[in-house]
Amino acid sequence: MKVFTDNEKKEYRNIWVVAEVLSGEIQPVTHELIGAARTLADVRKSEVWVVVMGSGIEKTSELLFSYGADVAIIVDNPSLFGFIDETETKIMKRLIKKYKPEIVICGATTRGRSLIPRIAVMNYSGLTADCTGLSIDSDNGDLLQTRPAFGGNIMATIRSSNHRPQMATVRPRVMKSPEPDPSRTGRMIKEKMIPGDSTKTKNIIDIFHNTETAVNLADAQIIISGGRGMKGPEGFKLLKQFAKRVGGAAVGASRAAVDSGWIPYAHQVGQTGQTVQTKVYIACGISGQIQHLVGMQSCDLIIAIDKNSDTPMMQIADIAVVGDLFEIIPEVIKEIANL
Amino acid sequence: MKIVVCIKQVPATHDAKIDPETKRIIREGIKAILNPFDNYALEEGIQLRDQFGGEVIAISMGPQKAENSLREAISVGVDRAILLSDRAFGGSDTWATSYVLAKAIKKIGNVDLVICGKQAIDGDTAQVGPGIAAHLDWLQATYVMAVDEISSSSIRVKRMHEDGYDVCEIPFPAVITVVKDINIPRVPSLKGVLASKKYKIPVWKPDDIDADKSKIGLDGSPTRVVKTQPPPFRHASTKKIEGTPNDCARSLLKELRMRSII
Repeated sequence: MKVFTDNEKKEYRNIWVVAEVLSGEIQPVTHELIGAARTLADVRKSEVWVVVMGSGIEKTSELLFSYGADVAIIVDNPSLFGFIDETETKIMKRLIKKYKPEIVICGATTRGRSLIPRIAVMNYSGLTADCTGLSIDSDNGDLLQTRPAFGGNIMATIRSSNHRPQMATVRPRVMKSPEPDPSRTGRMIKEKMIPGDSTKTKNIIDIFHNTETAVNLADAQIIISGGRGMKGPEGFKLLKQFAKRVGGAAVGASRAAVDSGWIPYAHQVGQTGQTVQTKVYIACGISGQIQHLVGMQSCDLIIAIDKNSDTPMMQIADIAVVGDLFEIIPEVIKEIANL
Repeated sequence: MKIVVCIKQVPATHDAKIDPETKRIIREGIKAILNPFDNYALEEGIQLRDQFGGEVIAISMGPQKAENSLREAISVGVDRAILLSDRAFGGSDTWATSYVLAKAIKKIGNVDLVICGKQAIDGDTAQVGPGIAAHLDWLQATYVMAVDEISSSSIRVKRMHEDGYDVCEIPFPAVITVVKDINIPRVPSLKGVLASKKYKIPVWKPDDIDADKSKIGLDGSPTRVVKTQPPPFRHASTKKIEGTPNDCARSLLKELRMRSII
């Protein structure tokens, strides 16, 4: 591996955020990352740049400045409507070569986690997934990346000091979104695609946005999750009502519930589903198999509702509600309405 | 069709216990298993071979004992298994690991499709699949939940996203990473288990795959773990709420309001 000299490192400046764009809209995780990048850039006395790749994104990109971006690089092209990893990698590779960022961060979403490893390999950049903390060495710009490993059992701090840019992904809702300041302004740089960007790529045939079944466990503040104790698909209807009442909550599920066919796989939390780090996790009728616990034990507040107070879930919970969830949850829904 | 499935041996967590003090899982003394997502990758490889003919080969980088996971792959029906094991591979991060696997895939030759699990449950990075694709400069599709169609020159898959899914067609050679939804893995047959016991697993070293030694192991890895520490403290006490359903509901809502959650 080629090790960068201090002088070579100095050529790389500014903190970049790769925007998460869905259907032409910039997603909140991008604002959260701008907030994190702002802190790093202030330490380094450098700038926050956001790269936006998509179709019809120019107008929505103007809002980025209010969240703390100094520069927005816009690559606006109809062919970027769907997510084509290969094309976006080629564009990013070219932009990195041209503008030399010190750090590139991106949301740890399905798209981010597909795109960034590809870019990192092609640039020989160190990449750390799912960081929960980022800090920077003010002198040399080395990024200190903290992430949970082994299902949240260890926090590891990782450094990639030999090469630039340094790369990291951060899950949605881990960093706090800054308050937008409408008076803030910035520079917009428009970059064009070149013919080579679209050769040797996948062909997207169809895109299905499922708003009805939109799960988005990654983007929720609160997850209300059900297990075997929900007894059937009807039980999950109750949880959906509960989630709706709480507002902004997503419905999760244990593997037992998914394997029984009560709810689709996209809802599964745990080792063979998704790992989540929400502010609140409400486990309903989930006994708490280890495979489930590793997927949610990093949530800030864990609440369990179950008849049996001896289950592992009830033991690790911060708040354990003992009782029949089919009686308690309707009462909760009723009482929320009275608030 | 020639398919390579990349698998990893990881620490099992089923029989782990929770530490009553820290409320964290105790990892000491737990067994090694095949990464759960890799079961789906193996099954998909085997199904595609059975449908379209050809060969499916399982590869794994790891210590000698990782051969147990490769035997498991043989027992469910892969045609060949190769272990990449050498001291020089030790300490590889995702960059170097995907480099080693990509070099092995090149060495195998004429591979049409590489299948990986979505991620390994120990590192949880999901970086090695796309990393392999990048090293080979092949196309990739991640979070694949279904294979809709396959021809001699391309594959059509459904990719799972947070907000739905898309359908895309990728020409070979390509790398896909799969999620649990894609299939139901078979259990090994008795014949398969016997065959796996007899199977002699070749071990490839850096020279066997023409690996550039400056790109493997700790020296080839751009990331360094500089510190590990216990995770932030979870307060050890559990607040128990009991009573009539209405009491429980009220107490719970009080807790949520106190924390400004609702």
